[in-house]
Amino acid sequence: MKDILTLNVNGDEVEVGVPTHWTLLETLRYGLGLTGSKQGCDKGDCGACTVLVDGEAHLSCIMPVYEAVGHEVTTVEGIADGPRPHPLQDAFDLCGAAQCGFCTPGILASAYGLLSHTLEPSRGEIQEALSGNLCRCTGYTKILDAVELAARALRENRPADEVLEELRETADAT
Amino acid sequence: MLPEELNELQAKRAEDPEKVAAEEGDGVLGRRNRRVEGLRKSTGKELYTDDLSFPGMLHCRILRSTEAHARILSIDTSKAEALDGVHDVLTGRDMPIPYGIIPWTRDEHALALEKVRFIGDAVASVAAVDEDTAIRALDLIEVEYEPLPVHLDPEETLADDSNPIHEPHKPGRNGNVTKHVHLEFEDVDGKMAAAAEVVEGEYYFHGTAHAPIEPHCAIGRVEQNGVLTVHSSTQVPHYLQRELARVLELDVARIRVVQPAVGGAFGGKSEPFDLEFCVALHALRTGRPVKCLYTREEEFYSHRGRHPMIMRYRLGASRDGKLLALDANTVLDGGAYASFGLVTTYYSGQLLTAPYGMESYRFDSTRVYTNKAPCGPKRGHGAVQPRFAFEITVDKMAEALELDPFEIRRRNFLGTGKTVNEFTVKSNGFLRCLESVEKASGWREKFRRMPYGRGIGLAGSSYISGTNYPIYPNPMPQAAVQVQVERSGRVTVLHGASEIGQGSDTTMACIAAEELGVPLDYVRVVSADTDLVPVDLGAYSSRETLMVGNACLSACRQLGDTVKQAVAAGWEVDPGRVRLRRGWAVDTGDPERHMPIAEAFQAAEAEHGTLGSVGHYNTPKDTHGDYRGGTIGASPAYSSTAHVAEVEVDPDTGFVEVKTIWVAHDCGHALNPTLVEGQIEGSAYMGFAEAILEEQTFKDSGHGKAGLHDAPSLLDYRIPTSLDCPDFVALIVEENDPEGPYGAKEAGEGPLHPSLPAIANAIYDAVGVRMDRLPFTPPRVWRAIREKRAAEMGEAEVA
Repeated sequence: MKDILTLNVNGDEVEVGVPTHWTLLETLRYGLGLTGSKQGCDKGDCGACTVLVDGEAHLSCIMPVYEAVGHEVTTVEGIADGPRPHPLQDAFDLCGAAQCGFCTPGILASAYGLLSHTLEPSRGEIQEALSGNLCRCTGYTKILDAVELAARALRENRPADEVLEELRETADAT
Repeated sequence: MLPEELNELQAKRAEDPEKVAAEEGDGVLGRRNRRVEGLRKSTGKELYTDDLSFPGMLHCRILRSTEAHARILSIDTSKAEALDGVHDVLTGRDMPIPYGIIPWTRDEHALALEKVRFIGDAVASVAAVDEDTAIRALDLIEVEYEPLPVHLDPEETLADDSNPIHEPHKPGRNGNVTKHVHLEFEDVDGKMAAAAEVVEGEYYFHGTAHAPIEPHCAIGRVEQNGVLTVHSSTQVPHYLQRELARVLELDVARIRVVQPAVGGAFGGKSEPFDLEFCVALHALRTGRPVKCLYTREEEFYSHRGRHPMIMRYRLGASRDGKLLALDANTVLDGGAYASFGLVTTYYSGQLLTAPYGMESYRFDSTRVYTNKAPCGPKRGHGAVQPRFAFEITVDKMAEALELDPFEIRRRNFLGTGKTVNEFTVKSNGFLRCLESVEKASGWREKFRRMPYGRGIGLAGSSYISGTNYPIYPNPMPQAAVQVQVERSGRVTVLHGASEIGQGSDTTMACIAAEELGVPLDYVRVVSADTDLVPVDLGAYSSRETLMVGNACLSACRQLGDTVKQAVAAGWEVDPGRVRLRRGWAVDTGDPERHMPIAEAFQAAEAEHGTLGSVGHYNTPKDTHGDYRGGTIGASPAYSSTAHVAEVEVDPDTGFVEVKTIWVAHDCGHALNPTLVEGQIEGSAYMGFAEAILEEQTFKDSGHGKAGLHDAPSLLDYRIPTSLDCPDFVALIVEENDPEGPYGAKEAGEGPLHPSLPAIANAIYDAVGVRMDRLPFTPPRVWRAIREKRAAEMGEAEVA
């Protein structure tokens, strides 16, 4: 059985007809074609499906789509500033924080949620905020670096590559 | 717009040509360049197999065995076929030709034929309008099994072949043995007898899974011209294409395999899997595109993860610490099918010798089938387990001889030349790796000097940069690349290497940009589509940077020479004076003379016509011994690695906290340091995870259904989160190899190996217990500490 729902996704009001038992993740991926959010386990263990619901990180693979009605859903496709990547997205690229990239959309959602609360997170706070997202490639080091870089770029309102360049010059000098 | 105007726009964007002309060293390589697909990944635009869909696509699900070992008496699919929405049902009889990645051990069927050999073995497949219907249809398939005795323990299975898992491939052989290898180099017994100190031990590696975050996924579709296209989350498109042709009895030229972005593989996608055959045949039979996506649970059952191994080691050394003799006896628990097991059996012995020189070596390895999910190659294939046993043994030997762990390793440094098993090592940066981690970790202030509960440990290793011989014997190149250049300045690299997150697309783009003098964003990369690119064997054995990189370098140099000659002719100078670099062709004899790179390409295109080239690489065939099995483990170049791990052990709980792992890895020339660090950190992470957290285990008959997976989920199979990981300190050592492109060697697998023994050795330094069995879980460590205390108290009482 299908139902037609109205969702707010990445700022757009959209109507979508989906089977009534579908999750938010299935609706995003297979109903709306927003394939950025990933399915890694389908039971809330890996975090690859993480999206922002009213600005907070949520596991879309275990969220019935009905629960998203009336809330603002933001996915990895919705955090960029028009054609320009969000500083977090740019920082992930600059730092080599995405290897296979499959966990990246979910991690970006968790990190975005964190940075919307604070632009001065400690390393430990970043680890805490990302602890629901499994990455199998990086050992997390470069992911934590990227979130720190993005926080600083946002704090100083400067492009991430400029901040990184400066950090590397300082590191080389010492 | 005239070409001149376009060239001028480019020139405005490029850097100062005179500055570029004066630059020393690499132009593009050696820098922390962005990945070519990096922003696609971080903006969610990258397309993985499950992100693709095609009009009219059906969904496939596979029915899996509920028995660990049983004969199939009957399969009734009639109710499933009658269900509304079901388009096709397959069973083993539809694909009776066996397959297997190794041509000598083809022992698998896409769907089980007469027997099932583990819980999870594929039995039937359904294609339906949607996934829900396919799942309902699976419930309607009736399979009648006749259970057979279940073999779970490899040593018991080896001893009892009354109900073998496979038919023996020769009469009189044990059907439970995939492969037995016995090799001896020099006189082990004689040297052992002459040793001043002999250390013995039994070690156990527990078996671990790859657990990529992207589950396997495949889509089959038939195009109007009859070509079968399979999109798959694979790391070996070429081998998949060949096996599809064999099993489906199709003309290989009419099969196309496309590898979209892959969400992690680590060796777990390096052979064909049931789903690829099923979607292909469903597509051929229905005429509709068909997709299959594994569940996370299926991911654990399909497995091919690292083999459990029981390893009995004896090591003899002289008084001054020279390793005289190593005698290794290993039983590999292979699971239900051969997979890469023939190679794994060799690797369990062959890859152990470098970076050390030892005077004699013998290994005896037997791979045994058991009724569990099949094991295969995981990052560091076949060599991580023996390295665990060996590096702990060396640590014990150092202590017995009262040598520092660094010192014993330095005294046995191979340098370059031949290993005891006759592989030629042309570069060896191991001493520099040792120096690097010794300094960075503060070893001298810490080793045996920290308070009880805190410890530090060392281990070393070496690994191959690809294998000299392909999986199926043939005299053709191991890697090939095609490069196109055109008048806009755009360069396209077409290569077969499988980008699985390690950065092979970026590496090829950087090589092309370096050689052809274009900015990195002028390079487009087309990879891993068997219709579009030259043959490559895939992402395994850490072969891509060296092999595909060499092929790319060769293709680019030919084109670069053509362009330089055309420019030189116009300038009336020697071509040797023309340099192509970062957007310019520059006359090094007169740097004021330069032109935008597009103009240089135009000059060459005018003179030679459309510009393109192909390059290939073939491996040296004279770097191994002349004995049976001597080719397995032969590589163009060997990397080396040293790890120091620092731990804190809580003696009351047995909980081990790994604080920091310092990793120095000799990868030859680091073509992109950020990518290399990523590989080092990711490798050390994976080794750490295997040491502390992860374990692929199955129930025995005393604890539920024998052969049932204990933890087929990412909640129960515990891969580390950001809170669990130590700090990883990646230290790059560049000991260039003459065989590598610009001297580059591998970085993707080698840096994993020492993690496990370095942590074990650190635990010993911390609390004085030897952890010879993995993983180092709190109960196991706690028990070891308690036993040690009990033994000490016993001794005290006796005294």
